[in-house]
Amino acid sequence: MSDNQQIDEYRRKFLGQASVAAGTAVIAPGVFLSTPAAAKPADQPVDSGKRWGILVDTAKCASGCNACVTACEQENGWGSASNAEEHSADSQKAQWIRKVQLKDKLSGHVTTLPLMCQHCETPPCADVCPTGASFKRADGIVLVDKHICIGCRYCMMACPYKARSFIHEDLKDQKPWAPRGKGTVEACTLCVHRVDNDGTPACVEACNAAQHGALYFGDLNDENSEISRQLREYGGTEIRADLGLNTGVRYRGI
Amino acid sequence: MSHKRLLRRVAGLLLSTLLLLPVAAAAEEEEQIPFSDLELVLPERHFSDTLECVQPEDEMRRNHMKYILHQRDETMRKGIRTRRYALEECINCHAVKDDNGEYVRIEDKRHFCASCHTYAAVNIDCFQCHSDVPVRESTLHSLKSGAARHGGIAEGTLTRDTLQLLAAEGKPQ
Repeated sequence: MSDNQQIDEYRRKFLGQASVAAGTAVIAPGVFLSTPAAAKPADQPVDSGKRWGILVDTAKCASGCNACVTACEQENGWGSASNAEEHSADSQKAQWIRKVQLKDKLSGHVTTLPLMCQHCETPPCADVCPTGASFKRADGIVLVDKHICIGCRYCMMACPYKARSFIHEDLKDQKPWAPRGKGTVEACTLCVHRVDNDGTPACVEACNAAQHGALYFGDLNDENSEISRQLREYGGTEIRADLGLNTGVRYRGI
Repeated sequence: MSHKRLLRRVAGLLLSTLLLLPVAAAAEEEEQIPFSDLELVLPERHFSDTLECVQPEDEMRRNHMKYILHQRDETMRKGIRTRRYALEECINCHAVKDDNGEYVRIEDKRHFCASCHTYAAVNIDCFQCHSDVPVRESTLHSLKSGAARHGGIAEGTLTRDTLQLLAAEGKPQ
């Protein structure tokens, strides 16, 4: 090792220690400013240290607003963002996320909410999949591996949330980050391509852009994340909690 | 008829048949060679002038599918999103444009993947789901794989296999 390299190494070590010291600065007693956890390097696999989830505050979800659905269509190239599926009936077409309206018959109070794959901890779709195409990633995101999906649609039957769609027709011009094709089942991926790059799902981004702020995205395992704080302080329920699926998507105000 | 004469006649008959056979075959050939009306599109080389491929060319010719398959499972199952062996980057680099400057689709025999796979009669279904044309900018800027450049090939940097392949294609080495 040459002298220069050795000096470089000393410098690197010093800078490393300095940045650790600077990472947690004490502003006032009991108040810490800490740097957020480092982004996952692209060559590292996801791990179960994280569990991604979304909290929907139905009180803030505006009736008639469709921003989350449109954003999902644009991001992943389905629905209005695709000119394929022209022979399919509306009920057959892909629907990764839908707006659902609930009306209390007694009071007449109307609640709207987006409904998509709930990213269960124990996903029934993965249970029934005969090929292992439906699976849950270590970080809690439930996906379809379309390479080995045979299109049997058992998962669509098993899903209590009607979250999955089957593609009946040849598609063209798919997004490179969201491959989808005929004969396979698909659903919300929690914008896994964005999440892997430290991004936020398109629906959450759109909801914030529309000034509603009804969707919180974050790591449920991290007690300092906004979603965990919200859930801890104000609560949030699962849809069909009786099934004991421990969903990653939670709702408040239903 | 004696035994000897019979033998001689049979031998003569055989000999004449043997002599006539090639003539008959030649006559048939002139009429119609099977599939001679089929247009055979030879695979073409569509490589970047500025970038090297991610592995040496002879390695990629044989094993490109293994790299893509490996990357596919790593990305799908584990969220590993390195770009080096990503199918999207293959497309970004090897995309072919037609005379109007538009990228050709997979149905076109000039498409990089289609050109070889049509020739080899190997049906691929990658592009039923994946994009067959570049959509977003490549994130690979410089690659140093130790392989020879595709554009200007320096002397002595190619393996014997690749040289043979190039010779068979009638390309300058």
